[in-house]
Amino acid sequence: MSAALALGDDALVLSHRLGEWAGHAPVLEEEVALANIALDLLGQARVLLSLVGDEDELAYLREERAFRNLQLVEQPNGDFAHTIARQLYFSVHQHLLYERLAAGGGEFADLAAKAVKEVAYHRDHAEQWVLRLGDGTAESHERMQAGLEALWRFTGEMFQPVEGLDAGSGVDWEELGAAWLSAVTATVERATLTLPTGPRTGAWAAGAGRQGLHTEPFGRMLAEMQHLHRSHPGASW
Amino acid sequence: MTSSTDWPLWEVFVRSRRGLSHTHAGSLHAPDAEMALRNARDLYTRRSEGVSIWVVPSTEITASSPDEKDSFFEPAADKPYRHPTFYEIPDGVKHL
Repeated sequence: MSAALALGDDALVLSHRLGEWAGHAPVLEEEVALANIALDLLGQARVLLSLVGDEDELAYLREERAFRNLQLVEQPNGDFAHTIARQLYFSVHQHLLYERLAAGGGEFADLAAKAVKEVAYHRDHAEQWVLRLGDGTAESHERMQAGLEALWRFTGEMFQPVEGLDAGSGVDWEELGAAWLSAVTATVERATLTLPTGPRTGAWAAGAGRQGLHTEPFGRMLAEMQHLHRSHPGASW
Repeated sequence: MTSSTDWPLWEVFVRSRRGLSHTHAGSLHAPDAEMALRNARDLYTRRSEGVSIWVVPSTEITASSPDEKDSFFEPAADKPYRHPTFYEIPDGVKHL
């Protein structure tokens, strides 16, 4: 598995999920923010997938089992708090990872250096909302906590070493996991929320998204995403 | 849907990278100043680097009243001594 494919699929799939919010966000301003993040991620996905092959073919003609994204990013949007929990978990991870890749001087250093500014904004956006929802009304607190709980089990997968991203690329996965945990803990506690307990392994114990094993909602997402391309193969747009 | 008191109106002033002053760019709704800044960045600056953004709650702005326009802005044209128009400008002086 190529590391570009893994990172590209993360960005592509999360971008699609965020795109589903278009027209449905709680307020207009938030709609623009989510769309911005989705567009950033789509841009990252295009660069990464282009390193692997034809970006359209990779996005639209692969079966579910050929996708290498984390199970976390394919999880449905749920309510706003659920989406924000997913954003927090992923964007903190992505920010820390890209910082290390940018500093590591490996194959992905240039690309990561460009993306890290975008991702810093995604992380800030998620953290701001976790604070507001957690420390907001009783209902927003409860929903934010529920979102954190529901997605907690998918967070362990983020720190399974990705093939091709070893010490030479600047990434120490154990250290990355520790940095992530301390950053997320700080935000969650500041938001008057409780860090979830329980195992942090995905729905599939035998590997997970990186091995092409995905959760049930992902197939439906792909069906929608790929429908037009598969109906009109070879069309140009 | 949230009420407008939860999401008050903010006025946004932006100074572009090479701009000299902040210019009123528009308005937006946000729960607090921090979110207003972030929303303004997405809506009005497209995240260009090197810009400065000010956000101000609309309620903090006091506007001049259209009813008092005459006393506020009428330049009293019948008092020509207020206008510096009585000086002879020497031929050699440029940029005056």
